[in-house]
Amino acid sequence: MSQDKTVLIANGQGFWGDSLLGPLRLVEEGPLDYLTLDYLAEVTMSIMQKQKLRNPSAGYATDFVEMLRQILPTCQKKGIKVIANAGGVNPKGCLEAIQSVVKELGMTGIKIGIVEGDDILDQIPELMASGEKFKNLDNGAAVDSILDKMSSANVYIGAKPIVDALAQGADIVVTGRSTDPSLVVAPLIHEFGWSMEDFDKLAAGTVMGHILECGAQCTGGNYNDWRNVPDFARIGYPVVEAKADGTFVVTKHEGTGGLVNVDTVTSQLMYELGDPVNYLGPDCTSDFTTIKLEQDGENRVRVSGVKGSAPTPTYKVSMSYEDGYKIVGQLTYTGPDAIEKANLGASILFERVGMYGKPIPEADRFVELFGTNVCYKGIVKQEQEPSEVLLRVGAKSHDKKLLNILARELAPLITSGPVGVTGFAAGRPRPTEIVGYWPALIDKTKVTTRVIVEEV
Amino acid sequence: MARVQLFDVAIARSGDKGDGSNVGIKARTPELYEFLRENLTTAVVKDHFKEICFGDVKRYELPNLQVLNFILEDSLGGGGTETLIMDAQGKVHSLALLHMEMDIPDALLA
Repeated sequence: MSQDKTVLIANGQGFWGDSLLGPLRLVEEGPLDYLTLDYLAEVTMSIMQKQKLRNPSAGYATDFVEMLRQILPTCQKKGIKVIANAGGVNPKGCLEAIQSVVKELGMTGIKIGIVEGDDILDQIPELMASGEKFKNLDNGAAVDSILDKMSSANVYIGAKPIVDALAQGADIVVTGRSTDPSLVVAPLIHEFGWSMEDFDKLAAGTVMGHILECGAQCTGGNYNDWRNVPDFARIGYPVVEAKADGTFVVTKHEGTGGLVNVDTVTSQLMYELGDPVNYLGPDCTSDFTTIKLEQDGENRVRVSGVKGSAPTPTYKVSMSYEDGYKIVGQLTYTGPDAIEKANLGASILFERVGMYGKPIPEADRFVELFGTNVCYKGIVKQEQEPSEVLLRVGAKSHDKKLLNILARELAPLITSGPVGVTGFAAGRPRPTEIVGYWPALIDKTKVTTRVIVEEV
Repeated sequence: MARVQLFDVAIARSGDKGDGSNVGIKARTPELYEFLRENLTTAVVKDHFKEICFGDVKRYELPNLQVLNFILEDSLGGGGTETLIMDAQGKVHSLALLHMEMDIPDALLA
């Protein structure tokens, strides 16, 4: 293998709900070998489990499949492979949906791979019988309290099964809950033949994955010096040029908007970072204090020096559970005395809800006056009385009916409360389920992944 | 000495970590990094966020990137999925930190 070989990897989706323009433009506007897409957040799996309960063929990211419909012809023409954790709790259902789309497009010779085995919801009792504790990683609490309301349980699996799918010739690989960096580490291992014990290389790939995983957040999005960022509307999603030695350049396609410099890349490295010396992942532990960044021409940042070590013997598990309901409604109060009137409005609301027979306990009530520095509480002083505030009022409860009473009593404040209320255009708020998040660990030897590759 | 906001000497980014947040701050020069490493202590940050952060503040150093990484425990009103507050994920804790004023030697501000 030539040391000069360069592999181009992009991220076109930083989160479930990111702009569709990202992937569409990445496959059209410049050269690319791999398009990775991140569809998962903590609560996503819980939502997808509910969809699957209602419809056994659902439970994956349907908008991924619709996006594929638009990019597949170009991907086939240019030889771009797609890797996404869009399979949710039903990678097989996702596989079938992609097969339908490929057939509808009249395409042939497309190999689709899926990775299964991350979903352990049905195995929890036997895993606990075998000694797994699933204690809450954040606070050490015992899992017993949520066992009967658990709605999803997924293992953050690593790169290996994705590598296996690529080795079997997959053009598209869909996983359930794999870590975001794994989507990037896998094609590097596949292309460069890295060993699963070469922890410095795997750490370099992990750092690459961390830089890429939020899409345009490393190319000028959400960056402090925003006035220096040209053409936000056409912001370029990130592309890395990866080398076999583990070094890489972060850049974006020629002619796109946005900005890639040491500061925009550093900003993304800082995002959701914990202990930088021990950045834990399924395939290695990465040391972010070894990363070296340097500007390598316009909109190019070179990354080198990354060191890693062996991973821990456990995988992280993401569990979710049903934890009642929440509701927030909004009314705008204008001045004079906007703050006083908004507070009065909120207290009238809670008093009226109580008149239906069951008051909402004080501790479950929520009142926030947006426009009074709620995001900078105690940090930025309110210089003068605001002439308008947004009252955000709501509650948490296990009683959905109680929250619906609050919802219906909100609008009447306009005609039967203090003067100066407007902005009810958003309509009556609805209670939504609270999805509790429960991070835990599992012994790696207890998890079995499966790879299926099928050709259309 | 000049009294300036950290906006003038650093950039920052923040996000959620369970029921807390992380705030990474990058000094604009190596000299400013040394100054912030000396002066931007966990006690100073905890006091700055006293009405937002109700848990411990931890700090990690990344001299290679001129970055200090702060963990603000119990700062999201109950955690990313359960909280009702506007800044549910601590997205602007970064800018909240950069509002801090500090007396910084003139030589570092050139």
